Amino acid sequence: QLLIFVATPGCDGFPSLDSKESYKLSVSEGSLLLSADAVWGALRGLETFSQLVGRDENGTCYINKTEIVDFPRFPHRGLLLDTSRHYLPLRAILETLDVMAYNKFNVFHWHIVDDPSFPYESLTFPELSKQGAFNAMTHVYTASDVQMVIEYARLRGIRVIAEFDTPGHTLSWGPGAPGLLTPCYLGNDPSGTYGPINPILNSTYQFVSSLFQEVSTVFPDYFLHLGGDEVDFSCWKSNPKIRAFMKEMGFGEDYKKLESFYVQRLLDIISSLGKGYIVWQEVFDNEVKVRPDTIIHVWKENSTPYMKEMANVTKAGYRALLSAPWYLNHISYGQDWMAAYQVEPLKFEGSSEQKDRVIGGEACMWGEYVDVTNLAPRLWPRAGAVAERLWSNATVRDLQDAYMRLADFRCKLLRRGVQAQPLYVGYCENEFGG
Amino acid sequence: ESPEPGCRSYPHLASSEAYHLTVIEPVAILKADEVWGALRGLETFSQLVHEDDYGRFLVNESEIHDFPRFAHRGILLDTSRHYLPLKSILTNLDAMAFNKFNVLHWHIVDDQSFPYQSIYFPELSDKGAYSYNHIYTPADVHMVIEYARLRGIRVIPEFDTPGHTQSWGKGQKDLLTPCYNGEQPSGFFGPVNPILNTTYDFMTKFFKEISSVFPDAYIHLGGDEVNFDCWKSNPEVKEFMKQQGFGINYAKLESYYIQKILDTVSSYDKGYMVWQEVFDNKAQLKPDTVVEVWIESNYTHELSSVTRAGFTAILAAPWYLDYISYGQDWKKYYSIEPLNFPGSEEQKKLLIGGEACLWGEFVDATNLTPRLWPRASAVGERLWSSRSVTDLQDAYTRLTNHRCRMLR
Repeated sequence: QLLIFVATPGCDGFPSLDSKESYKLSVSEGSLLLSADAVWGALRGLETFSQLVGRDENGTCYINKTEIVDFPRFPHRGLLLDTSRHYLPLRAILETLDVMAYNKFNVFHWHIVDDPSFPYESLTFPELSKQGAFNAMTHVYTASDVQMVIEYARLRGIRVIAEFDTPGHTLSWGPGAPGLLTPCYLGNDPSGTYGPINPILNSTYQFVSSLFQEVSTVFPDYFLHLGGDEVDFSCWKSNPKIRAFMKEMGFGEDYKKLESFYVQRLLDIISSLGKGYIVWQEVFDNEVKVRPDTIIHVWKENSTPYMKEMANVTKAGYRALLSAPWYLNHISYGQDWMAAYQVEPLKFEGSSEQKDRVIGGEACMWGEYVDVTNLAPRLWPRAGAVAERLWSNATVRDLQDAYMRLADFRCKLLRRGVQAQPLYVGYCENEFGG
Repeated sequence: ESPEPGCRSYPHLASSEAYHLTVIEPVAILKADEVWGALRGLETFSQLVHEDDYGRFLVNESEIHDFPRFAHRGILLDTSRHYLPLKSILTNLDAMAFNKFNVLHWHIVDDQSFPYQSIYFPELSDKGAYSYNHIYTPADVHMVIEYARLRGIRVIPEFDTPGHTQSWGKGQKDLLTPCYNGEQPSGFFGPVNPILNTTYDFMTKFFKEISSVFPDAYIHLGGDEVNFDCWKSNPEVKEFMKQQGFGINYAKLESYYIQKILDTVSSYDKGYMVWQEVFDNKAQLKPDTVVEVWIESNYTHELSSVTRAGFTAILAAPWYLDYISYGQDWKKYYSIEPLNFPGSEEQKKLLIGGEACLWGEFVDATNLTPRLWPRASAVGERLWSSRSVTDLQDAYTRLTNHRCRMLR
């Protein structure tokens, strides 16, 4: 029997960035002991324990004598799922949370809405999903669906950080919130198409305030992800009222200033709601004034090398999350898990204070080409490479060894019913659908 | 309706798949020369049926005369790099039928594992399969053949030699060439040993079994990527080369081997398919040999050469679906025009079709279906439909609908 001892009891709370996930596992003849400071560590230790149990040829379960002292290198180890480009049935999300727990991931970054669809059923603004979901009956997340995800995650020590990305990536918000998006112009007349959220109207800020009031209550984590990426300025530039506003405010032709104007007010609203925030790197790059405890999410791979960006962000005093080299939706032929594994998040020029500001990273599975038919094989076991990089010591980098363990882990995943794809040629005792 | 519909026979290269579908109140009539055409027409008919807002099923009035542009429309599955459970193969045959594919090119064994349970040589899979659970019994094989037949799909097995045979050596001693490190055997083995009589005794018996197990008129004999290093290192092989007057041209040794296999298989009344190297290395091929062009660089040139020499060809080179990449790569598969190679009208007639290949290095039952479909559908349309059906926009609309249909 495995005896579990938790120093600070309490199973009713939510995990947070500061949660203690360390644990000690002692296995010897006649004694199986798992001890942890907090229940979150006990969860991690239980997972490890489950992986240590083997079965011999006669079917007898056994476990080797072992002493383990373990704790994560980074406190924020996340996975991003995109439920706007394709709706993901609740079951797929819950299954993903299970496998995240097997991999000791502890943050579910729920990129819940975006341009193509708005599946989040809002109590305050029911029209948003009624008009914006792919199908308001079948492709939505009800309030109880959302609560289910949050609780299911909590029981696995996983934080749920919702992302309501604005002011760009909001086309699906338009149909349910008339007047919210900027009408684009063709010359002197509206073209009929819409752009980012309209930053010059008071109604915009009323709306945003009410929506995030609800979101802050629904999602218990201290942090919200506010997006702020890829704002296309062309629609704003085409709109005469916006141009007039730019002149009034003395912004000249610099639309980054207008973007900052919006983001600033948004951040103030979120702050007043008692939440912290994570934003994509553009918010930092465009010099928006953000609170010191803002977390900057580094995702761009092309323009500035992402390691330089990590240096810049942390140098400016902000905490950073790394995703740029971990866009798992970018598939390619061969063992691409190796490249993900070899990333070293702290490989940049900077002081140790700077490096301390890197709180972790996230593997991202954007949804343009992903839905429930291919989510699991595309995520696993590749995301496992990111999970180890974020949990284990920086010295754990041998590819040969990692291959053996990851291939073995993959067979374990199959045994647990996860549709994890192969790393390379070979076989598992029990094949999927065999 | 047809005097000799052929419901108990096997489909073959010359089968007629044409059909005529007329939908006019109050009936729908499907006519075909052979049952294979009726199968294709049934599939089309099933796609015409749609549901209205009230849940009623409707078919629009239609008049369809349809027939495939190419007679050989195949999918290659690799069950050696990863074992594919029977169920996944059968599910895939269903998907093939939805897309009017009519050939399953079963690349059943290779270096990594030998899952085919041979009746004459049970040791091959006993020692060469990944495990006892990773085997295709004779019953499994029959199941695949029959399941395919009922869908108008030919099963062409590939037993690739002399290269790609590491797993054969485990259960058949002395079949593979022992490699040498200087004067000593290195402990490693190379391609099938072409200088021993025992090799040909084995192959004769083995292919006798294969010829009777697999009813199709064709067997794929492989012949690709033969690495000569091991042969070059072996003193007996070197001696043989001298004796035969091959000089240092090991392609001649390869052809010497292949020749004998081709002749053996012919004697069992089977036609054969080979990878392009067999043609490139100038083996003597029977006129009805089908050459499969798979090397991407310069494949149009290869198509010209093969057809100019009078052989039938099938195209796989641009359709290696195992080469995944980010984005809508189906478009590039769709945009291939197989007859875009320099050649006369007669030559072009010799290109009888193509195959979408899903090699198994990174594929097994966990990701086979999403990786193959609907990308292979683009190849399916290219091989069935008229040359002029090329509009990407239109194809996208139809393909997304078809994808939803396949989900259903």
